[in-house]
Amino acid sequence: MSDSLLLEAAAIPGTLPEWFRNAQSQAAARFDSLPMPSRRDEFWRFSNLKALDPQDFTPARPVADEVAQELVAQSAGVAAAAGTFVFANDHLISRTNSSALAAQGVLWMPISEALENHAGLVEKYFMRSEPALGSSKHLALHLASVRAGTFLYVPKGVHIEAPLQTFHWLAGSGQAVFPHTLIVAEECSSVTVVDWFKSTGDARNMACGVNDLHVGPNAKVHYISVQDWSRQTVSLNSNVTEVAQGASALHLGLHLGGVFSRSESVSRLNGAGARCEMLAATVADHAQEFDQRTLQEHVSPDTYSDLLYKNALYDQSKTIVSGLIRVEPEAHRTDAYQKVRNLILSPDAEANSLPGLEILADQVKCSHGATTGEIDAEELFYMQARGISARDAYRLITYGFLNEVLERLPEATLRETLQSALRNRLQGH
Amino acid sequence: MSLVIHNLHARVVGGQEILRGLNLEIQKGRVHAIMGPNGSGKSTLSKVISGHPDYEVTAGEVLLDGVNILGLEPDARARAGLFLAFQYPVEIPGVSNANFIRAALQARLGEGEELDAVDYYGDLYKEMDKLEIPRAFTARSVNEGFSGGEKKRNEVLQMAMLKPSYAILDETDSGLDIDALKIVAAGVNAQRGPGIGMLVITHYQRLLDYITPDVVHVLVGGRIVHTAGPELAYELEAKGYDWIREELAESASA
Repeated sequence: MSDSLLLEAAAIPGTLPEWFRNAQSQAAARFDSLPMPSRRDEFWRFSNLKALDPQDFTPARPVADEVAQELVAQSAGVAAAAGTFVFANDHLISRTNSSALAAQGVLWMPISEALENHAGLVEKYFMRSEPALGSSKHLALHLASVRAGTFLYVPKGVHIEAPLQTFHWLAGSGQAVFPHTLIVAEECSSVTVVDWFKSTGDARNMACGVNDLHVGPNAKVHYISVQDWSRQTVSLNSNVTEVAQGASALHLGLHLGGVFSRSESVSRLNGAGARCEMLAATVADHAQEFDQRTLQEHVSPDTYSDLLYKNALYDQSKTIVSGLIRVEPEAHRTDAYQKVRNLILSPDAEANSLPGLEILADQVKCSHGATTGEIDAEELFYMQARGISARDAYRLITYGFLNEVLERLPEATLRETLQSALRNRLQGH
Repeated sequence: MSLVIHNLHARVVGGQEILRGLNLEIQKGRVHAIMGPNGSGKSTLSKVISGHPDYEVTAGEVLLDGVNILGLEPDARARAGLFLAFQYPVEIPGVSNANFIRAALQARLGEGEELDAVDYYGDLYKEMDKLEIPRAFTARSVNEGFSGGEKKRNEVLQMAMLKPSYAILDETDSGLDIDALKIVAAGVNAQRGPGIGMLVITHYQRLLDYITPDVVHVLVGGRIVHTAGPELAYELEAKGYDWIREELAESASA
C-alpha cells in the first residue's frame, strides 16, 4: 500500500482556494519523499519509532448518527464555555456558540469553512513556519490530510471571557484523524481555548494534529489541550506559538492518553516584551510513551519564557522531555527558564530529560534543570499519620505533583475541570 | 480506656537503642506531659508510637484501648484513634489543605460512603475560626509556605477535625512566638475532655503554662524516670535535668 492512498482518501468538503490545494499536493509529495524519522536524528533520540508508521491507518470514516449523538452528550467540558465544537472522526457533529461572538467580529468556525470563506486570512497564518523539532514528514502528512478542526480569529481589542472549546473524538479502529487548531488573536485581544482529544473504546488509531497560535501585540492567549486518546492511540501533535510585542501566551498540555504520544511545542518570542509559559502535566502508565520536544526561541529583547513540564511515571512507562532554549543575537535581557520534573512510581519506568541552551545575546538570565525522584517518604508518613492509606497517599501526592502545573492556570472553573480530569485519570493507581 | 506503653525498646533501623524499656499509661480524659533533655528519646517515642518506618521496635508493646497497634501500618493506627501533631509538619505541594483533611476524614468512612461536602466545610470553617485561621488556607497547599505558627495551628486544626482518642503533641511549642503559642494552646485546651487522652512532649515548661497537664513525666535515657504532678514542670525549669540524673545515679549505686 502506498503512502499516498492514505492521502487521497482524505478530502475537505467544499471549494478550496488554489493556494491550499497546491500546498496540500506539495505536502503529499513531500510526505512520500521524506524518510521516516531515525533515532540517529537528534530530534528523535530515545523515541520509539515503531509506532509511527501511518500506513497502518486509513482516514477516519464518519460515525453513525446515534454514536454522534452520544458523543455530543459526552462533550460537556468546561461549564459556561462561550462555545463548543464537536468533531468525531474529523467530521463536525455539533456546534454551539453565543451570537455575541459574531457581533464582536469574532470568527470561529470549522477550518473547512474558513478556507472557503476567509481564504486570505487563513493563508496568512496557516502552517507558515518551517518544522523545527523533527516532524517534517508528519507535518507534511497533516497538511496533506487535514480536513477538520477550528479557525479562531479575535479582532483587535476584543476580550472573550469564557473559554471556547473543541472536542475531537476518535472512534473505530485503524482510523486516522488530523485535527487542526488555528488561533489568531489581534492586538490587545484576549481569549482562552481548550481542545479535548478523546476516544471511544480502546482500539488502535492515529491522530496527527497541529495547533498554532498567533498572539498579536499586547494580546493574551491561553491554550489548553487535553490529550485523552485511548491507550492504544498513536498521537503526534505539533504546536507553534508566535508571540508579538508585549503579548503573553500560556500553553498547557494535560497528557493522559495514547500508547505513543509525541508532542512538539515551539514558542517564538518575536516582539520586545513578549512572554510565554509552556506547561505540561503527564500521567504515564503501562507501556505508554510520551515524547515531548520543545523550543523556546527568543528573537527579540526583553522577552520571557518559562517552561514547566512534569511527568508522573507508573509501570513500564517512558517519558522524554527534550527542550532547547535558544536566545538569538538580538534578544538581549532575555529571561528564559526550563524546569522538568519526573516522579518515578515504578522501578521499571524510564524518564529521559535532555535540556539544552544556546545563548547568543547579552545580559541573559537563563536556567534549566531536570530532576527525577520518587515519592518523598516523609510526605507519605505524614499522610499515613492522618489515616490515609499508603495507596491513597501515593495517589494524592502524585496528584499534587501534577496539580502544581494546573495551578498555574488562572481560570478557576477551567482549572477545576482539568483537576477533575486528572483525578479521574489517577483513579485505579 | 488508655494508651499503654509497656517495656518499649526501639531504635533507628540498624542503629543504637534509643528507647530502653519505656513504660507509660495515658488515660483518656487526662493530659500527660513528657519532659526531657535533648537526646532523651522524646521525638523517637512519638514516631515509634505512630509507626514511622525509620524506627524499629525490638521489644515491648503499645496497647490502644487494649489492642496492640505495633503491627499496624501508620494509617491503620491513625484510624484506630491515634493522632500525632508533628514537630515539623510536612509540606505537600499541590494538595490543598481542604482536600488533605477531607481525604483523612474520607479514609475513616466505610466502602461506598461519601463525606457530605456541605457538612464538611461547615465543620472545617468552625474549627478554623476557633484557631483564627483565615479561610484562604483551605485552598493553599498543605503547609507550603506556612509560617511556624501557621503550621502548628494547622496541626491542631487537623486534630480537631479528626477527633482522635489519643493525641501526641510533639514539641508543639517549638518555633512559636507567645501569641501563636496562646492560640495553639487554646485550640488544644478546647479539645480536652473525657473522650481524649493527650501526651504533650516538650523540652520547655513554657508550653505547660498554657496547657496545664494532669501528670508530668521525665524521660531520660529512653526511660520514664520520674512522674509527678504539674509542679514538676516548674521544678525542672528552675533546676534543670541534672538533679534527676544525680538522683538516678545515686539510686543506681545505692
